[in-house]
Amino acid sequence: MKRTKYLSIIAGLCLLLAPQTARAAEAEKGIDVAGIVFGHIEDSYEWHITDVGDVSVHIPLPVIVKSSTGWHVFSSDRLKDGAEYEGLYIAQEGSHAKKIVERNAAGEEVRPLDISITKNVLALFINSALLVAIMLGCARWYKRHEVNESAPKGGVGMMEATVMYIYEDVVKSCVGAQYRRYAPYLLTAFFFILLNNLMGLVPFFPGGANITGNIAITVVLALFTFVLTNVTGSKEYWKDIFWPNVPTWLKAPVPLMPLIEFIGVFTKPFTLAMRLFANLMAGHAGILSIVCIIFITAQLGAGICSSMSFIAVIFGIFLNALEVLVAFIQAYVFTLLSAIFIGIAHPQAETTTENK
Amino acid sequence: MGLLTPDSGLLFWMVVCFGVVFFILAKYAFPVIINAVDKRKKYIDSSLEAARQANEQLQQAKTEVENLLAEARRQQSAILKEAAATRDQIVADARGRAREEAQKALDETRHQIAAEKESAVNDIRRQVAVLSVDVAEKILRRELSKDQEQLDFINRMIAEVESEREIK
Repeated sequence: MKRTKYLSIIAGLCLLLAPQTARAAEAEKGIDVAGIVFGHIEDSYEWHITDVGDVSVHIPLPVIVKSSTGWHVFSSDRLKDGAEYEGLYIAQEGSHAKKIVERNAAGEEVRPLDISITKNVLALFINSALLVAIMLGCARWYKRHEVNESAPKGGVGMMEATVMYIYEDVVKSCVGAQYRRYAPYLLTAFFFILLNNLMGLVPFFPGGANITGNIAITVVLALFTFVLTNVTGSKEYWKDIFWPNVPTWLKAPVPLMPLIEFIGVFTKPFTLAMRLFANLMAGHAGILSIVCIIFITAQLGAGICSSMSFIAVIFGIFLNALEVLVAFIQAYVFTLLSAIFIGIAHPQAETTTENK
Repeated sequence: MGLLTPDSGLLFWMVVCFGVVFFILAKYAFPVIINAVDKRKKYIDSSLEAARQANEQLQQAKTEVENLLAEARRQQSAILKEAAATRDQIVADARGRAREEAQKALDETRHQIAAEKESAVNDIRRQVAVLSVDVAEKILRRELSKDQEQLDFINRMIAEVESEREIK
């Protein structure tokens, strides 16, 4: 009863605010929803926070580029509004849209080696530092307390419960006998993804960057799993790929099953990367689209705008709650599947016979 | 599409970030937490075992104490019984001895009384004999004269004897 009352109060406040903010947007005549959504989802050279009137509030970030003329390090403010600096500018369209490019001798736009600290990179730094701080903080608690004194309470207790949940339920049960060796990687992956997912849901600085919904991030994570799986894979694992335990005609003249198995080696990490990327990207896009409804309907009159704003706020709350769940589920699924892949790469005597 | 092409710069920084985070956490964070939890688990297990043993010992001690108590109670009642018997014995002895003593004293007194009585009787006898002899002598002396005189004499004699006795 009480909760619904609070919810309706919040929604009512939003309704009061919505027409005013929407009126400002109205002036722009038509709203580029795709531009807004992708602007938030994609990486950028500056961290845009908000616009106050006509003044853009943003954090300029350092651009680090090695072009044909050598290394360049400067603030991204110099490239604002398509300005050119030291032969570099941000392409507005084409295959390198929104990226720093230079013109080569033939006059074509080419990408220089670009390791700029972009919005995602900065968010990555912040979240990594946060994760390290949280985890080392927990570890310090254990160094300060005797084991037989007491169990941790509060935040450390929560982290311990989560760590042990992943350790016992995912790592121990999926990896097999050598689970101790792989536990640090899997736990790091889980908490790294989880924290980046959750920070992405915070709508203001230092959150809000769509890190785990960026293909580069998920590809690196999947590559770590791929390397770990295949480099440490046992002999039986490779034997199962190239000479699987199937009827001979499936593998002798035409290596059908070996081919499928071999492709599977690459599709496994590929699905890991794609699943995480697609889920988080879609979540961000979904929330942003729902919020955009308020601004689209602003042009259709106050009545429609108010009612649609109410629906959008309620739906936005629902989607945000859902995304919190997804943040955990995707981190869990990534860790679980990585653990299973590593477990497959280390088959044990009884599991190999069971699988066939 | 831009969304699906991994950006090289972000790839580079992600490898660096994740590598550093992984290195730090794998070295300083997760092993510490997992080891601490493992240790605590072992400690709890051993504590439970110790508690179970302590409980067993307590149970044993309890039965021992109960046995001891029962034994003590038995001994107590035995001692009490013995003490009562001894007391009765002593009282009975004392009573018997007292009776004997009293009897003895009584007997002695009786003997004494008897002896006293005998001596008294003997004394009386002797005096009666002396008196009779005296009376007889006087009577005999007066008989020789007259009858009247004899009688008077006898009376006088008796009075004399009597007065003599009174003087005595």
